Amino acid sequence: MRFKWLYFLISALVIIPGVFSLIKWGLRPSVDFTGGTILELEFKEKSQTQDAMRDTLNELKIDYSSIQTSGEKRILIKTKSITREDVSSIIGTLAEKVGEKPSELRFDTVGPTLGKELIKKTFFAVLLGAGFILLYVWKQFKQPMYGVCAILAMFHDSLVLLGVFSLLGHFRGVEIDTLFVTAVLTILSFSVHDTVVVYDRIRESTKKFSDFSFADLTDKAVTETLPRSINNSMTIILMLLALYLLGGSTIRWFVFALLIGTVSGTYSSTFVAAPLLVVWEQLKRKKKS
Amino acid sequence: MKKRKNILWLIVALTLFSVYVDLPAKLNLGKEISFAGLNFEIGSIIFTRPVDIKKGLDLQGGTHLVFSADMSGVEAQNKNEALKASQTNIEKRVNYFGVSEAVVQTSKTENDFRLVVELPGVTDVNQAIDLIGKTAQLEFRTENPDQKTATESGEYFLKTDLTGRDLKRSFIDFDQNTGEQVVGLEFNSEGAKKFGEITAQNVGKMVAIYLDGLPVSIPKVEEAITGGNAVIRGSFDSKSAKQLSIQLNAGALPVPIKLIEQRNIGASLGKESVQKSVRAGLIGLLMVVAFMWAYYGKLGFLADLALINYGLITLALYKLIPVTLTLPGIAGFLLSVGMAVDANILIFERMKEERRMGKPVNIAMELGFGRAWDSIRDANVCTLITAFILFNPFNWTFLNVSGMVRGFALTLALGIAVSLFTGIVVTRTLIRVFYKE
Repeated sequence: MRFKWLYFLISALVIIPGVFSLIKWGLRPSVDFTGGTILELEFKEKSQTQDAMRDTLNELKIDYSSIQTSGEKRILIKTKSITREDVSSIIGTLAEKVGEKPSELRFDTVGPTLGKELIKKTFFAVLLGAGFILLYVWKQFKQPMYGVCAILAMFHDSLVLLGVFSLLGHFRGVEIDTLFVTAVLTILSFSVHDTVVVYDRIRESTKKFSDFSFADLTDKAVTETLPRSINNSMTIILMLLALYLLGGSTIRWFVFALLIGTVSGTYSSTFVAAPLLVVWEQLKRKKKS
Repeated sequence: MKKRKNILWLIVALTLFSVYVDLPAKLNLGKEISFAGLNFEIGSIIFTRPVDIKKGLDLQGGTHLVFSADMSGVEAQNKNEALKASQTNIEKRVNYFGVSEAVVQTSKTENDFRLVVELPGVTDVNQAIDLIGKTAQLEFRTENPDQKTATESGEYFLKTDLTGRDLKRSFIDFDQNTGEQVVGLEFNSEGAKKFGEITAQNVGKMVAIYLDGLPVSIPKVEEAITGGNAVIRGSFDSKSAKQLSIQLNAGALPVPIKLIEQRNIGASLGKESVQKSVRAGLIGLLMVVAFMWAYYGKLGFLADLALINYGLITLALYKLIPVTLTLPGIAGFLLSVGMAVDANILIFERMKEERRMGKPVNIAMELGFGRAWDSIRDANVCTLITAFILFNPFNWTFLNVSGMVRGFALTLALGIAVSLFTGIVVTRTLIRVFYKE
């Protein structure tokens, strides 16, 4: 635990740009949160259709925020909320311009009220979950510091994830949707899962070797659990990597979020959650003396 | 030793049963093999093998609609009933539309009343939306006095000016004399007047009650009813009485609904994501298996067997419960695979430590399992807490009730439960029986 400040520094180096980006640019919400329409069309033969789509939308006076290709012969547009009739006229006009009638792959329209509600509810879910986990870990480990530090490590991971997606949103236009919310929640549980394993080892060592200092015990526990942490994360990362590279396009960013979270969760349980305990212990001792 | 063999046989039996449930209806291995009819009977119990995994809208394509119900015209104490009536009415219309496995759910948030409609595989969404979005129309009609035109035009009953707007509410009641179930009607003052006139003119005749143009009840008028309170008698059981009362309420408490969300997933997009993701999942799984074998040798191989066992049992559970599988659901499953492996890694690392301290294999193994249990338990309880809150089994309104998040939570929780079994019981039995150094 000699290098604990270094570990915190590494975390800070990852988190600070993310938090900066979060404050400055925020996250880029998808239609799930803002309300609006996503329409994805597929052509059988034509591949260059963006210009025709732009003209079509201008002609029909439909406000759009983006037109992008997805895959070779697919085109995806994002607009304000439009109706089914609008979609029919888009397809009709486009078919005239391009000479081929596209088929509709996806049509999502969301009212804006749903988004705020989802954020609010997720926030509650996280708080409630964190609360319960804090109490459980506190009870199992008989000291409040274990619960609090596990939760802190958990928030560390969510900050990393939110920060990375804020940066991705600003520079790459990546949007967060309901799947992202699910990913955050998953990572929270994975993070605690991993932390608890490390803490368990500290708890066991404290019983066995009472003459060691707490920092040394933590050191020992961390070294002992490190191979397991890395091996376990390797299996999850292998799985996610396969999904990211080969899986369907609709879940790509979801899987990426899980990947970031897994890496961060593995790092935080060893290099954040455990050192935090040591700092807590030192502060407690200082207060006493 | 005998006990261990028994557990082993139990595991083998469970695995075979899972394989049996997991088999698809048809398998194409050069030649098409059909497993469709593999059902069996034990005594009077007939076990029908579930053939398909239920797929969510995002996997099979379809339409997800959310309607917001305008409750401004409904009194506070009747709001829940009105929503229920509206739900039943939409279910009826959807069935009439011929959609199989459509789901209609209600969701309430503070003062917001919503109806969520899921229509798998529907392509003509416009027609469905029009049909669902209509406000229920309840009408009271009287017998057509002209029998001849009635048979010719099919108009056996004629419209009156009494409609659902005049009906205050409907409820289930018991006849005080006979104890029979009856359906009560309560009219408002305007309705009481109109109903009084109609019944006075039609004593001994039929009065038909139509909902959305279809008759739901055709009671006979026994006497003129002027007080605004009527009952419909008939041989109702509690179910049919309830159903009629809900249908009448759909007309009495009309709730205009507005479409606020529509998601249309083309079947081809869903199919493509599934195929790709399933393939990716399989490759990922193979990589995990290879990794475990390479790193832990024979032990890893036994853990891999347990992992395959885990996959088979989980899939069987998905089919039996049944779990509606969505993309987040698949993610939950994959994550739980990670956790299933984790239990074994924890145990093996412990075993290695004990071995390093010079303990013999079998003792190191038992100690490894014992020591690892504490951390496996605590870690999994934390994940279960999260899954529980996400699933929100009590429908707390301040938490999410979205089907997607729930699907994820359910597969995660199931995965943890099964992984505890395979990661500990199965692996341990396999090692005890087969592992020798």
